[in-house]
Order: sequence, then C-alpha cells, then structure tokens
Amino acid sequence: MSEPSDRALDRLRRVAQWPDLTGTRYELQSEVARGGMGVVYLARDRELERDVALKVIAVEAADADTAERLRREARTIARLEHPGIVPVHDVGTLPDGRVFYAMKLVTGKRLDELVKAGLPLRERLRLLLRIGEPVAFAHAHGVIHRDLKPENVMVGPFGEVLVMDWGVAKHRGDGNPASGSRSPTAEGATAHGTIVGTPAYMAPEQARGDVEQVDARSDVYALGAILYFMLTGRAPGAALVSPDAPTRTWAGPRAPGTSRIQPPREADKDVPRALDAICLKALAAEPALRYPGVSELSDDVARYLEGERVLAHPERLAERALRFASRYRTPILLLLAYVVMRVVLLLVARV
Amino acid sequence: MNKPLVGLIVGGIVGAFDGLSALFSAPEVAPQIAGIIVGSTFKGVIVGLIAGFFARKVNSLPLGIAVGLLAGLLFAYLIAMSPDPATGRHYYWEIMLPGSLAGAIVGYATQKYGRRPGDARA
Repeated sequence: MSEPSDRALDRLRRVAQWPDLTGTRYELQSEVARGGMGVVYLARDRELERDVALKVIAVEAADADTAERLRREARTIARLEHPGIVPVHDVGTLPDGRVFYAMKLVTGKRLDELVKAGLPLRERLRLLLRIGEPVAFAHAHGVIHRDLKPENVMVGPFGEVLVMDWGVAKHRGDGNPASGSRSPTAEGATAHGTIVGTPAYMAPEQARGDVEQVDARSDVYALGAILYFMLTGRAPGAALVSPDAPTRTWAGPRAPGTSRIQPPREADKDVPRALDAICLKALAAEPALRYPGVSELSDDVARYLEGERVLAHPERLAERALRFASRYRTPILLLLAYVVMRVVLLLVARV
Repeated sequence: MNKPLVGLIVGGIVGAFDGLSALFSAPEVAPQIAGIIVGSTFKGVIVGLIAGFFARKVNSLPLGIAVGLLAGLLFAYLIAMSPDPATGRHYYWEIMLPGSLAGAIVGYATQKYGRRPGDARA
C-alpha cells in the first residue's frame, strides 16, 4: 500500500521543485529527463512560439560551482555549431538564482534504445560514423566530450544524429588534443584526480583521474565502447563496474581498472573479425595504441562498410579472398553465369 | 567520367569479348568472326549507352542490371534474326543468351561507376 503513496510523494516533490520561470519568455510544460547535475524540462518559448528544452540545475545540486558548470556547458555547445550538436538558444538565471539554458527540443530515440530494438548492423555502423562527425568537429575546436555513451546520442525522426550532454566536456588550449601538449585552459579545467564520465564507457586514463592524459583518444576509447555496445548489446566496462556504482556522470576517487575487456567475438562469434579488431584497437588501454583520432577510427569503420581492408586487422589470404568475393559478389556472379552459359552452349552444340 | 561514357567503353569491351567468345561456343563461325566481333562491339556500345543514360537518371543496381539485360536481349534478338549466310541457320540461343548477360554486366558497371550530373567532384 505504501508504494503508490511513495510515488505520489515523489511526484509532489518533483513538481514542487519545478523551476519558477516568472520573468522569462518560457512556459513550463513537463519534465523530460533528470541527471546528476540538471533537469531537462519541456517548455514553450512564448516569443517565438515554439517548444524548447530547458536545462535547469537540480535544486539539490544548486551551488556556485554547478552554476558555473552549466554556463560552461552552454558556452561549449554554443561554440560548437554543428548539425550533430544540439544548438543552444539562450542562457539565463531564474528568479531563485538557478542557472538554466534553452536548447532545441530533440525528439527521437536514444541510441541504446535503437540498438536494443534490433537495428541492423550496417545501420548501427553508419550511425557510429555520424556520431563521429560532431565529435571530430569538437576535437578540431579543442573540446573533448568525455562522456560519450549510447544514452547521450539521440537519433531524430529524420535520421539526424545528435551528440548530447556536453556537461563534462574539457577544453584544451592548443586545439589539438592528440598533439601531446598538456596545457588545459582555465575554462573546463578539471583538477588532477577528479574523475568525470560514465564508468562503463570511460577510458582507463579517465578512470584514473589522470586529467592531463585525457585527450581526443579518450573519446576514441568511448566511441570504441559505443561500437562494443553496438556489437554485443552491452558496454565493455560493464563487467568492471560494481552494481552499485552510479551509471550517470560521477566524480570521486576510483582505482584504475585493470581487468581485460572481453573481445566482442568472444561475446558473440557472429561479430566479424574486422569489426572485432577495430573495436579492440579503439579500446586499447594504452592511448598510444588506439586510433590517433576519431577520423581514423571512422575511416576504418567506413572501409569495413565499403568491403575494403581495415587497417586494424591484418588479413590472411583466405579472408582477403572471401572479402573480395563478398565485395564483388554481383559482377562475379554475372561473369560466372556468362562463362557457365558459354560452356553449356558449347556442350549443347556438340551433342 | 560520366555514366554514358562508362557504358560506351565497358559496352564496347564486353561486346568485343562477347563476339570473340563465339569461337568457343560455336567454332564453326570462325570464318565470319571479324564481322561478329564488329557487330557485337557495336551492339555493346549501344547497350552501354542505354544503360549509361538510364544510370544517369536512376540510381538502382537491380534496375540497372535489368535494363542492361533487357537491352542486351533486344539487340541480340535483332542480330539473331539474320540467319547464317552459309547455312541459313538462326543462332537465337547462342546470340541472345550471352548478349543479355553481357548487357547485364554493362548495366552493373554503369550503376557502380561513373559520375551523375550534380555529383560532387573529388
């Protein structure tokens, strides 16, 4: 009997925490999602007469540091104008002092939902390429996402792919994260030993809190982890994380993970060897052994999709022949049919 | 290279080989092989142009192959209607079957290769 009343209480508490939008151009409609730092609401922009998503700091997390983080997230997104990144329309402060920002309302499905719904493998891989585009764009602008995971990717009704939740993104001063320069700018700087991200998709250097080591290759790891999820239906780090660990962004000390990642082909023998190799290269514990950037990872996945040889996987002769036959199946079949038909005609003529 | 040009070149080459391969399936036509090769090359070029112009308009591998196959079949039929001047015999199967498959190969090539108008240049 207590369960319904608990739910009612929970709902009442949430409604009581709804932000007061008095004095703003927005009219609150409903709560959409709730994270560790903020809550996303559906709101109506009265001026432009359109629906928007409002991200507001959660009441329990409201402090100066979180407010600055949310402002920084809004600035980061505003700086990254790309079709794969949700545009920010506005940033402001509510009458109760909480910071909010308004962004485009994204409808569609999360990547994890699509994968679990049985999206075909080639479609999944094409989505991975689309996810890589805004991430590579951000890297080119000196921004590392640090929290890439299927739950942070939305696929819209027209196939548009949007990378969300740039709340823990890191800025690098040199704009070239893989260059080896270690000069974080003041904005977005995270203290050494602080761990941000989602454990199951987190690169080892990120899990160690080794902030200076975190660069574009940490996002390459996360994309490799998303590929792992696409291939096996689970995150590579799932086995490394205790069940009571939070699944959302978290911060705090954590021992570096030393467990081996189970290769996708061990989890599912139907996973192609080339994809297994791409995935494991992206998930290498040592950043130097991963792809140097997102573009290199995407290029290898695109090669697989085109039936070309992937760089991560040295092929044996039989594998190469099979790949060739698979890539040129139609012309090979046509030529074979032509030759067979010519032989049959010859045999018929001799009878 | 645009698609009709791909069709023209591939059609010519495949047509020439198709004509030459008549020596294999019907050795008795050896005395007329030069004329067969020329005729088959010409047929291949025409089929290639048809498949190429089709590929410029329609982006579909199965349809491209089907159009090549049908065009090859049609032109091979037109050629097969003329009997062998020496024997008076018609070679319908010997000309139409390979002609249609050669057309299908050309249809495949025009769909896979060549540039459509408006395609971005590399």
